Amino acid sequence: MSPEVSAESAGLAVRTRGLRKVFGERAVLDGVDLDVRRGEFLALLGASGTGKTTLLRILAGLDAATGGTVLVPPVRTVVFQEPRLIPSKRALANVVIGQGRSARAKGLAALAEVGLSRHADAWPATLSGGEAQRVALARALVREPELLLLDEPFAALDALTRLHMQDLIAELCARHRPAVVLVTHDVEEAILLADRIAVLREGRFVTDLQVGIDRPRDRTDPVFVELRRRLLADLGVDSHAGTPREEVAR
Amino acid sequence: MSTAVQGLVAPNPPRAAGRAPALTFALRAVGPLLLLAAWYAATASGVLTEDVLAGPQDVLKTFGELWADGQLPEALRVSVTRAGLGLVLGASTGLLLGVVSGFTRLGEELVDSSMQALRAIPFLALTSLFVVWFGIEEASKILLIGVACTFPMYVNVSSGVRNVDRKVVEAARSFGLGRLAIAREVVLPGALPSVFAGLRLATTLSVIALIAAEEINVTAGLGYLMARATDYLRTDILALCVLLYAVIGLLADLTLRLIERVTMPWRRAVSIR
Repeated sequence: MSPEVSAESAGLAVRTRGLRKVFGERAVLDGVDLDVRRGEFLALLGASGTGKTTLLRILAGLDAATGGTVLVPPVRTVVFQEPRLIPSKRALANVVIGQGRSARAKGLAALAEVGLSRHADAWPATLSGGEAQRVALARALVREPELLLLDEPFAALDALTRLHMQDLIAELCARHRPAVVLVTHDVEEAILLADRIAVLREGRFVTDLQVGIDRPRDRTDPVFVELRRRLLADLGVDSHAGTPREEVAR
Repeated sequence: MSTAVQGLVAPNPPRAAGRAPALTFALRAVGPLLLLAAWYAATASGVLTEDVLAGPQDVLKTFGELWADGQLPEALRVSVTRAGLGLVLGASTGLLLGVVSGFTRLGEELVDSSMQALRAIPFLALTSLFVVWFGIEEASKILLIGVACTFPMYVNVSSGVRNVDRKVVEAARSFGLGRLAIAREVVLPGALPSVFAGLRLATTLSVIALIAAEEINVTAGLGYLMARATDYLRTDILALCVLLYAVIGLLADLTLRLIERVTMPWRRAVSIR
């Protein structure tokens, strides 16, 4: 465990200051200041093209920022929207890839955690979408990340599988306590899973709030419903009609 | 740094690719220029004498002379026509058989085993036999080049066709496309990268086969020029012909790469998201 440090920044897993990312003429991220505490679960919401994924890719070290400072833990892992498993390696080999032979036992344990012990020897092409995404999750967890980056990991799954995956993520994150940044456009998913929700619009956070609802969370709880309505409004969606304003305007 | 936080590090993203085109061109030119300089240095200093290898300046002078008196344009015309006709013949045969073998089960069973067996025959061994069968005129030469070009094309095309996304083929079938339409609209475009890989290999091989074909009974072409130069120990002409073979291969390859870019516009738009 890290020693206690008096500075207020000691318990941080992510810190960005004045983060900018410019594509051509357009600033997708325009001066983003973000702190994520260790063990905190942050959900990033935003309409498409608002830079959620760009921010996550910068945190992951996959893309370079145009300006500003970024600090992240040395051990961080990503679950992408698609499983991105290596087709020529079996499930277990995918999980422990780059980890050496000794990681086998840990890999099996990680597969057991996501409920796939029996599929350790399966080829990725033979797995269903949900199973492959669980292997990708095991691959992210086996490295014991201090920061887990989830880039719409449930977007390609069917509705029922998505519910199971959300429960699984909630359970695993509660057990391992990494800092989590979840990029999603599903407001309910954000409220169900996150400790804190931030909404990106026009390159900045327009909302940053704590979800003060006890777990397990109930979708029919009036506080839940009210929060959902407010976040949808922040995203530019009229929650009564359920139609994005932008679409109507066009 | 004012924002330093204990235990945290700045991520280390990959540097954005992309160099100035001029610099890329300059870097690519370095190797060939160095080789040319080494050649010049070796002949000018007398390490390599003229009876072993003529210097680049002599070769250039010979090029000027042979070009002016019409020998070289005529030889090039004859040789490039042979290689080109052979390549067209072989590549289209390979393409056709490759698509048939890759796309249909029956085709694979009928074609593949015989093609694999024939592929084991070194085409150089066929040179004399082809002269016996097809005479000493152009036919035997073009057919030899054609045979040489068929196999790299066949192997690449059939594996490329086999690797086309079955799901897309299935989707096309569900929208009522017939087998021919699927082959034309889905399979061939999908296999284009392999088709071009095969074509580039075939092009190289067409020049190699051209040399073999021109070894026997020629009265025109680059091979004829070389045969005569050998009689008179003209290393400048020999070096010139060797270089010309290389230039032919290089130009053909460049042309193909250009066609590759033009015919596959969807490949340029790829980016990781």
